[in-house]
Amino acid sequence: MSSFLSIDNVSRLFGPNLTTGEKIAAKLGSKVETRSVRAVSDVSLSVRKGETLGLVGESGCGKSTLGRLIAGILPPTSGSVTIDGKPVMESGTKVTTRVQTVFQDPFASLDPRMKVGDTVAEGPIAHGLTTKGAARDYVAGWFERVGLDPVWADRYPHQFSGGQRQRIAIARALAMQPDVLICDEPVASLDVSIQAQIINLFLELTRDLELTCVFISHDLSVVQHVSDRVAVMYLGRIVELGPVAEVFGTPAHPYTSALFGSVPKLVLDADELVHFETIDGEVPSPLSPPSGCYYHPRCPLASAQCSAQQPATQPVAELRAVACHHFEQQLAKASA
Amino acid sequence: MKTASTPLGRFWAEFRENKVAVVALVVVILMMLLALFAAFVSPQNPYDMANLSLMDSRRPPGFVGSGGYTHLLGTDPQGRDLLSAIFYGLRISIQIGLAAGIVSLSLGTTLGILAAYIGGRVETLIMRAVDLQLSFPAILLALVIVAMLGQGKAQLIGALVAAQYAYFARTAYGAAKAERGKDYIEAALATPMSGRLVVLRHLLPNCTPPLIVVATVQIANSISLEATLSFLGLGLPVTEPSLGMLISNGFPYMMSGRYWISFYPGVALIILIVAINLVGDQIRDQFNPRLRK
Repeated sequence: MSSFLSIDNVSRLFGPNLTTGEKIAAKLGSKVETRSVRAVSDVSLSVRKGETLGLVGESGCGKSTLGRLIAGILPPTSGSVTIDGKPVMESGTKVTTRVQTVFQDPFASLDPRMKVGDTVAEGPIAHGLTTKGAARDYVAGWFERVGLDPVWADRYPHQFSGGQRQRIAIARALAMQPDVLICDEPVASLDVSIQAQIINLFLELTRDLELTCVFISHDLSVVQHVSDRVAVMYLGRIVELGPVAEVFGTPAHPYTSALFGSVPKLVLDADELVHFETIDGEVPSPLSPPSGCYYHPRCPLASAQCSAQQPATQPVAELRAVACHHFEQQLAKASA
Repeated sequence: MKTASTPLGRFWAEFRENKVAVVALVVVILMMLLALFAAFVSPQNPYDMANLSLMDSRRPPGFVGSGGYTHLLGTDPQGRDLLSAIFYGLRISIQIGLAAGIVSLSLGTTLGILAAYIGGRVETLIMRAVDLQLSFPAILLALVIVAMLGQGKAQLIGALVAAQYAYFARTAYGAAKAERGKDYIEAALATPMSGRLVVLRHLLPNCTPPLIVVATVQIANSISLEATLSFLGLGLPVTEPSLGMLISNGFPYMMSGRYWISFYPGVALIILIVAINLVGDQIRDQFNPRLRK
């Protein structure tokens, strides 16, 4: 499998931002939090050209951080991200325009004091993809591409609806002519009817422009709809990876299974009240993750081995991998 | 009527609704025009010694002097026409207020935004220095600096800037810190674009509303601070009388029935400062969403 976007052993730690006063207090033995959070822990992924990888997990599992690491917004603490063999970041600075991001909240991601046309044109002008004189036509082309009227380029963000703003944000990302698009919950803050429009637009664009895409979402049905493969994250680690149909059909990790099981579904001809399985317990604090497998305190299949030893990522089937000591048991349960 | 769609157009449409603020703005503009064209509207050039006659000194309003015209607001101890002196005084007061305001705005904003954008040690260093300075009264600082530097326009502006830049730094820092964390800054940086471009194109424009408010208030403050310093004899040399010095000149005669020498320059100063503050209040209300109807 030829890898286009490679994420190699990427980790990201967030240390506490201590003031000088707090540092002194900590030295004097006062209770100041000095531990770091490992938001993303030794993640390796490879995405083929033109493929869409879904990234799912609960809030706080590090999926947005991973998205930012891939997009070159945050430098990784260790490991590297490369596109077609070329690094995204060098010594903490983003050195490529080949990866662009669509942010979650289109009300926050557009500069309220800039005409939307200027927002879209800004990057391409700065990177020589168009000139100041030709920018209007260039922007108009991208506006049409995302289903916006080019005459709206002179308006300000507050004059648009959420769906239109997200189209503008998509136009801004695409105007940089990227190869890789990171979508960080791009439809989470939109109405359901608008979500469908944006997802269809997104599917159309990734196909026509042959974009490689990382689609981050906590909405499993959206991920199922848009992705070729899906990666499931838990507490900063990838616990399961595989083609969408297989992962959704027969989850190989107990967490994946529980995550899918907790999604409310419409059950027709059920007489009694439908009960949804929730995952027992809370997500552990990432400041002090459990020993061994991070999921073992909540896992129905947990054994002594799980609390002692961190499971290695192992292949299950072609293109499928899972990090669980008891994945065979889980697979048997899932197929039954 | 065309609906205003630019931010400035909408701003003006809302501003117009407050009649008091509109009147205040007209007063401010009028006083600035009077100051600017002082040489054309004044009946007398108060700096030209040849025009002055000691025979005309300390005359009450309405007195017809040796020059042949009526001194509408009376004359001062040197025999200057007070109305003309006020126009020229306004010119100097507004000049100094504006210059000090603009310089402290640029200096304070640069420092505040740099502190918020760079963070870390630079932030601590700049903002603690600002805090330290804000703990001294502005008038004390200005007095000390003028006493050290001596008299003169540049020195006075320097003293006013040193006393006031901290307010701008604080405001710019607060605004920039809040904007810094927003997605549109991150989106611009992720393009990638240089930090300098992002600060100039995105961060600075989004920090302007509170800065405009502080600027209007601080221009009024520097005018009154300058008047205070002049009144205390630490402002400008006698050859360039500002409003504060005119008030100071008339002060000894206050209790001897010759009220007008201090009174009318004082009224001019108050009108100017109140008008600027009213305009500033309206701008502040418009930028504060919680006060919106």
